[in-house]
Amino acid sequence: MAVGKEIRNQISSIKSTQKITSAMEMVAASKMRKAQERMQATRPYAEKMRQVIGHIAKANAQYQHPFMVERDVKRVGYIVVSTDRGLCGGLNINLFKALIRDMRQWKEKGVETDLCAIGQKGASFFRNYGGNVIAALTHLGDSPSAEQLIGNVKVMLDAFEEGTIDRLYLVSNSFVNTMTQSPTVEQLLPLPADEDEDVSKNQWDYVYEPDARPILDGLLTRFIESQVYQGVMENLACEQAARMIAMKSATDNAGDIIGDLQLAYNKARQAAITQEISEIVSGAASV
Amino acid sequence: MAMTLHCDVVSAEQKIFSGRVEMLIAAGSEGDLGIAPGHTPLLTQLKPGPVRVIKQGGEEEILYVSGGYLEVQPTVVTLLADTAVRAKDVDEAAALEAQREAEKALANQTSEFEYSRAAVELAEATAMLRTIQQLRNHR
Repeated sequence: MAVGKEIRNQISSIKSTQKITSAMEMVAASKMRKAQERMQATRPYAEKMRQVIGHIAKANAQYQHPFMVERDVKRVGYIVVSTDRGLCGGLNINLFKALIRDMRQWKEKGVETDLCAIGQKGASFFRNYGGNVIAALTHLGDSPSAEQLIGNVKVMLDAFEEGTIDRLYLVSNSFVNTMTQSPTVEQLLPLPADEDEDVSKNQWDYVYEPDARPILDGLLTRFIESQVYQGVMENLACEQAARMIAMKSATDNAGDIIGDLQLAYNKARQAAITQEISEIVSGAASV
Repeated sequence: MAMTLHCDVVSAEQKIFSGRVEMLIAAGSEGDLGIAPGHTPLLTQLKPGPVRVIKQGGEEEILYVSGGYLEVQPTVVTLLADTAVRAKDVDEAAALEAQREAEKALANQTSEFEYSRAAVELAEATAMLRTIQQLRNHR
């Protein structure tokens, strides 16, 4: 029977798409678990680091590191953490929108922006959009190491030290839970002071061994690196979670469409059969 | 009861130790130093080497760090390690092997860069062995 051949073809092609999306969903689910574990493992270091830096910012230090001094803002830098691969819903686009909003606010004040893109999507998006991308890092894989990021972070830190940029932000998705990832823009430099009440302000200084300058240099650089690394790990967990959700809804939608098409197909077949019967009956009656 | 202070040891990969301690002994860049409660605020860099943690009650634990930073506040001490492992997990055979490799690399150095890297590797391997020996004596 020739009826509904197109519909049958369509159903079978959607079925194979559904198989692919459901496989991708399962892959993302298992990767998400691992990414989440890695993200949680790196959290204590980043938190402690932030605490220590907060204390340092409160100390009445003999040596004021350039990273801690507020300057007039003429140019700002952003480190944008995005994913390497697509098919993860609105994750990247939401992040870029948040960033563009922020950039526009600066632009109204006459402030230019520089970008450092981590992840393929960010690099290609801002190349098209017209951002000034001064450093890019792509293809990080599923478990990036902190060493991979050092080069890119250094580009931005050098720019800050030379005075090319006066502020540095980290733009990444923060992992709220599996269903929710929220884009955040966080200031890295100059260092925002900590609100911790345990340490009183401005009445003391550290004893530095051997010397304030090399220690603060090393520590602050490491702090920025750890914050960026934490952002990348968090973004990875977000990516897998977002992909899992996107693929789950794709699979569900495919199921709905298949149901609809199946119904249409059955109706068409039924109509054809009814028509055939009525033709036979009326033919027999006219004989 | 002895006075204690809160101690956190974290590395980029994981949290190693967190709890009340009576004293923390680490290898600072200027020499070994012990931190007791009420220590003046201090910031120092660490050399690769063993870190001894004397927990509340006198029990001791030995960790190995390959460098990092130590921040001391009167009631809190935070050790930000590059890589930290519990000394129990440090493998002596692996450490000896690493030391041999590093010495070999030092012997046939070709460039300035490789020399400095080999020197760092050697220092790390030696520090690891030092940790293991300390752990032995301790038992």
